[in-house]
Amino acid sequence: MDELRACVAGSVDAAAGPRPSDLTVRLGRAEDIAAAAAVLIRLHSMTLATIVATDETGTPDRDLKVRYIFEPAAAGAADRFVTLLISIDTARPEVPSLTTAVPAANWHEREMRDLFGIIPIGHPDPRPLVLHDGWPRGVFPLRKAFDGSRRVPVEPAGEFPHLVAEGEGVFEIPVGPIHAGIIEPGHFRFSSVGETVLRLEARLFYTHRGLEKRMEGLSPLDAFYVAERICGVCSVAHGLGYCEALEQIAGVDVPARARVIRTIALELERLYNHVGDIGNICAGAAFHYGVATGQRLKERLQQMNERLAGNRFLRGLVVPGGVRLDLSDDLLGALAAALRETRAGLDGLMGRIEANPSVVDRLDDTGILQHQAALDLAVAGVAARASGVNRDARRDHPHGAFAGPHPPDLRVVTVSDGDAMARVTVRAQEARESIRLVGELIRRLEPGTLQVALPEPVPGGRIGISAIESPRGEAVHWLRTDASGRVERYHLRSPSYHNWPAVALAAETAIIPDFPLVNKSFELCYSCTDR
Amino acid sequence: MLRILINALRTGVVTTRYPAVPSVPPERFRGAPVLRPGSHLPPPAVCPAGALSEHLDTEGRRVELDLARCVFCGRCAEDPWAGAITMGRDFELAARCRADLRIEVAADNPAGPANGTPADPDAEAARVSSEIHRVLGRSLHLRHLDAGSCNACDWELSALLNPIYDVRRLGIDFVASPRHADGVVVTGPVTRNLETAVHRTVEAIPEPRVVIAVGACAASGGIVGEGYASAGGVDRVLPVDVYIPGCPPRPEAIIFGILLALGRLDARHPRTG
Repeated sequence: MDELRACVAGSVDAAAGPRPSDLTVRLGRAEDIAAAAAVLIRLHSMTLATIVATDETGTPDRDLKVRYIFEPAAAGAADRFVTLLISIDTARPEVPSLTTAVPAANWHEREMRDLFGIIPIGHPDPRPLVLHDGWPRGVFPLRKAFDGSRRVPVEPAGEFPHLVAEGEGVFEIPVGPIHAGIIEPGHFRFSSVGETVLRLEARLFYTHRGLEKRMEGLSPLDAFYVAERICGVCSVAHGLGYCEALEQIAGVDVPARARVIRTIALELERLYNHVGDIGNICAGAAFHYGVATGQRLKERLQQMNERLAGNRFLRGLVVPGGVRLDLSDDLLGALAAALRETRAGLDGLMGRIEANPSVVDRLDDTGILQHQAALDLAVAGVAARASGVNRDARRDHPHGAFAGPHPPDLRVVTVSDGDAMARVTVRAQEARESIRLVGELIRRLEPGTLQVALPEPVPGGRIGISAIESPRGEAVHWLRTDASGRVERYHLRSPSYHNWPAVALAAETAIIPDFPLVNKSFELCYSCTDR
Repeated sequence: MLRILINALRTGVVTTRYPAVPSVPPERFRGAPVLRPGSHLPPPAVCPAGALSEHLDTEGRRVELDLARCVFCGRCAEDPWAGAITMGRDFELAARCRADLRIEVAADNPAGPANGTPADPDAEAARVSSEIHRVLGRSLHLRHLDAGSCNACDWELSALLNPIYDVRRLGIDFVASPRHADGVVVTGPVTRNLETAVHRTVEAIPEPRVVIAVGACAASGGIVGEGYASAGGVDRVLPVDVYIPGCPPRPEAIIFGILLALGRLDARHPRTG
């Protein structure tokens, strides 16, 4: 705190919150944000977790606010979020940009310019991010005065000003937003010389559905069903992250059995994703046996999901206050058998991949993400751990069974190479670790209740924050209730949100034909980035 | 190489025989909710997706469930409504008409007649379907079009190509270019940012073409609904030939819907309890 006071000119007001272990620092002057962020990053080895803008013109403060939320970057640090809070006058909605000092702030700042009309002064990129196609000027959908329930017509728009390389022999290759396979939409603009990628620009947010606005004003119990559907393959992780933030606000403790079942579900989600992803990476190397094997193993797990939860994406298992369904001994027996088969199948698949020079050759040294770049961009999950960044929200921000009194052991897998092979290796090791963890959790499952009731209405004017290790990495959820206990603002920073810029960097070390491998080795979601 | 061959032989045939052999979903599977007429049916606010509605007529309160909107979360079948609504296991729900997906029952009045689905008003749809059958035969090449889905429906479409469902055995395949396609399977509620791309892709498909809306978002807007960034369903921007409910529909439900579009199934199966 003293360090902070020494570095800034304006007032500094600190208090614990949102959780007792967290700290919220209110800065008197918005201009101090860069200096304060530098103290957290340099002196306390913290990294940017998320940035949340809010429209609080309807509250006594009558202002816009921006919360810059940081978390420890080092492995083994205490579970803590530090929020730097600044207030912005609606008559002059400007903040100094952090992007040149904190590259991970880039998209966050462009997003708040689009959705809130808060201008990051000095941001190097003036282009819109979230809103496309002739979006009306001066209309900011996440301001409270904007009615988000009506369609805004699409207007003819000029060509988006992509940043491209120029010079003799430089080609521009546009790909998407509609792709040739069954995948999510995004536009990739390659500048290349021959096969070498000079630059890749990814334009996303095509699947922006306005879900954060959609949740505003709902009862937090209704809004859960939207949160669970932000992303298909992160259904458990996002549902759980929302629930943990809401349970903090409601001040309820989830029963031990429910915590264990939640973590089993989270690990099963990681497992079917990782196994399927390894198979899909084989498609980029034209190794069809690997693709078919990965698909078959994933399908077996998704059929198991349907037996456990009634849904192949495990939707409907986690609910606010606990879990909806119990795991009977019969189901646990069937699950154990499915996991044994998956383990054998995965070992066989990895054996075939590693023994196949034509696959290994394609993966080795392809799409390298440097360790420092991973740190600068606050990259999360498999991509971070494959570049030697030792971070995992299950350990760093314990949730589910990991937050209990006797958390299960967790081996965080890191590899330092940063290439596609490293990301495959991390996934395979983590899949094995998930199988081991589920086995351990099944043994620990004690009889008990499944759910506690949440008070209705949920306490008003409170903030909840949670971080969940989804299959793609750490997702940060931020939820605030209004005076009557309804959702005032919900914000999700998905792992993919921080990882997409890293894909562009990694692609610049590769050739065009290897891009599918680079992309699939990161395997990011568009839907939880775009929301 | 030898290892791969041995493994492949040891794995054997894993492909399902659906639809020749019916598929029975597991016990916990949440398929079409079954509304018990005359029971204490829940108020519309219980449904987070807005699939339930009610109105009063001379007979009393009538409750309507829109399967196109339903996200199959099971909330309306929980206490205190358990019994009035139960989650059935029927997943073959695809229909050519949006109206066919609305189920209306009389509530709170045991004497009131159960009004299942309304009479089939889809003579025009059937005509289109037989025309498609005539032109395209029994095979269908489809282009996938993500119009803003959460990716769950997309992954289920991918699963159709896995060794278990292997839809190519049914003459169905997914192609890379809309120019090569007989139709399109659309997922997602059609976001504002994709509206232009949706129109361009569909217009690039030669006519006659089929448009299949896969999942609650595409069929009705689902839990996303209409908003500043969402059109609220594919039929808000182009005509839809077949609607496949589900959040997401399981792969066999999508196969059922595609076969319905092809005219290879007569109509919806009668509802099972």
